[in-house]
Amino acid sequence: MIEVDVRLNVGSFSLDVAFANGTGVTALFGQSGSGKSLTLSIIAGLTRPDAGYVRLDGESLVDVEARVFVPVSRRRIGLVFQDSNLFPHMSVRQNLLYGRWFAPRGERRINFDAIVETLGITNLVSRSPTRLSGGERQRVAIGRALLSCPRLLLLDEPLAALDMERKLEILPLIERVRDEFDVPIIYVTHAVEEVVRLASRVVILDAGRVKSVGAPTEAFNRLDYAPAANRFDRSSVLSATVDESCLAHGLTKLKHSAGTIWIAGSAGPCGSVVRVVVKATDVILSLAPPHEISARSILWGRVANIQFEGPIATIAIELRDDGQLLAAITRGALEDLALKVGSEIYALFKTAALDERSIGMASSQVIR
Amino acid sequence: MELPSVALFELSAAEWTAIRLSLRIATVATLASLPFGIVTAYALARRQFPGKTLVNGLVHLPLVLPPVVTGFVLLMLLGRKGVFGPYLAELGIVFSFRWTGAAVACAVMGFPLMVRAMRLSFEAIDRRLELASETLGANWLWTFFLVNLPLAVPGIIVGAILAFAKALGEFGATITFVSNIPGETQTISAAIYSYTQVPGGDESAMRLTIVSVFIALFALMASEIVQRRAEKRLGNVE
Repeated sequence: MIEVDVRLNVGSFSLDVAFANGTGVTALFGQSGSGKSLTLSIIAGLTRPDAGYVRLDGESLVDVEARVFVPVSRRRIGLVFQDSNLFPHMSVRQNLLYGRWFAPRGERRINFDAIVETLGITNLVSRSPTRLSGGERQRVAIGRALLSCPRLLLLDEPLAALDMERKLEILPLIERVRDEFDVPIIYVTHAVEEVVRLASRVVILDAGRVKSVGAPTEAFNRLDYAPAANRFDRSSVLSATVDESCLAHGLTKLKHSAGTIWIAGSAGPCGSVVRVVVKATDVILSLAPPHEISARSILWGRVANIQFEGPIATIAIELRDDGQLLAAITRGALEDLALKVGSEIYALFKTAALDERSIGMASSQVIR
Repeated sequence: MELPSVALFELSAAEWTAIRLSLRIATVATLASLPFGIVTAYALARRQFPGKTLVNGLVHLPLVLPPVVTGFVLLMLLGRKGVFGPYLAELGIVFSFRWTGAAVACAVMGFPLMVRAMRLSFEAIDRRLELASETLGANWLWTFFLVNLPLAVPGIIVGAILAFAKALGEFGATITFVSNIPGETQTISAAIYSYTQVPGGDESAMRLTIVSVFIALFALMASEIVQRRAEKRLGNVE
């Protein structure tokens, strides 16, 4: 259990963040400059706050009022950076075992072979880290942090420096780490898809303040939340249930109270809850129930809010019973459809537009 | 000057003595100052402490002072009648007119070069590697021995070679501090100087000159090879 309540001024930027997390993955989400990496660095002990405290399992790691500051090396918090920072003068095995050596003997509960096997790096251990690919390096970095048997694992945009293919290769590994090893994780990212796929809780930061905390579907779907700097980053998170009629043509049908969503591939047994990220730019709106159209996912709702940004209008559609969907359309289309707040509308999006990162099983704790 | 021909490469006993003495003094000066050089370079590169600018200035002083001045300061500090000399003599440590004094003079003169090269290589280490080490549970001292020191090895080698080369060529501070005594403090440089002062000494001076060129060249090539190997091992591609 980590409790954070800190304030820090750096130049003109002011950070004032408070949140707590239990088990599983907590995502710290925000655009660059929102203070998420700074918050992480305070938790790790690399930066001192001006005021406030960080507590881990009841122990103060830093408490400005009580003049407590535990140095980085004694916090036992694993940290994985964006670029893996492996020691170039050591083999992969030596890198992996580095932190383990410093962990108290009684706390070395995480097994070397289990980590190496889970992360798929068995055949890399005798190599030099300078001869690994970006994805391999990052897997070793995660293994190295885990083998120090940390009380908390901090991942600072661990996928940001990797291409899409590598991201899709490492995401399931982080899921396995989450489910197999009992280490709470704080995951910093600006990708909604990664939050949805991994996190059971998300803390949304904006300009140094906490905007919203909760399960990803709730936190992202607050109507007053306009998250991203530009329309390409705007997405909505929907949660839906795998339907009875699973898997036809390798597709899965999801049931949502406002309609049907089709996704490619399988998404677990019938009845399990799946989260889907839909980009605002992938959504098409229609006044009439659409027929003879290739888009398979159709949801019905009412316009709740319209925001303008030059020639583009971002429309928040309140779905029946559950959540909202953002759609970015042109002002011209808006006028032709005569949309205003309260209008009933059908929202369509392409199954092919949803990449693998966009579809997340809620973490095991949440399903149960 | 008449070029010597026949006995060019037959070194006399006196010349051998000067060469052996030079190598011994330079080796001892380098090895003895190495730990101090590493600690000073690391402290200047990475740690904050009061008086850092002053320490930096003192380290670099021998580089800008005339060598004779440095030698005279050593004489005033460590000489038989110097500030610390008498106390050291009671402990059985005497520097004046001894080869050990020559080693001290060479170490002091080579120190700024040594520290400069080492400091650059400590500064070049990615700070995030140190942070990674600390988040993995190593305090700064362990981090120094496991991360900083091994990664600075190429720079440490370069610094040591530079100090060694400087020690071989040192003349001004040495001759001022411990004079020019054959067999005790007369290094190659001092011997060459002496030979040029006496009639018929040109041949000896020429032979010692060639020898010192070879030693210097050999040292530089060795450092180049060792450094390249170390860099290859560290895979300096990032």
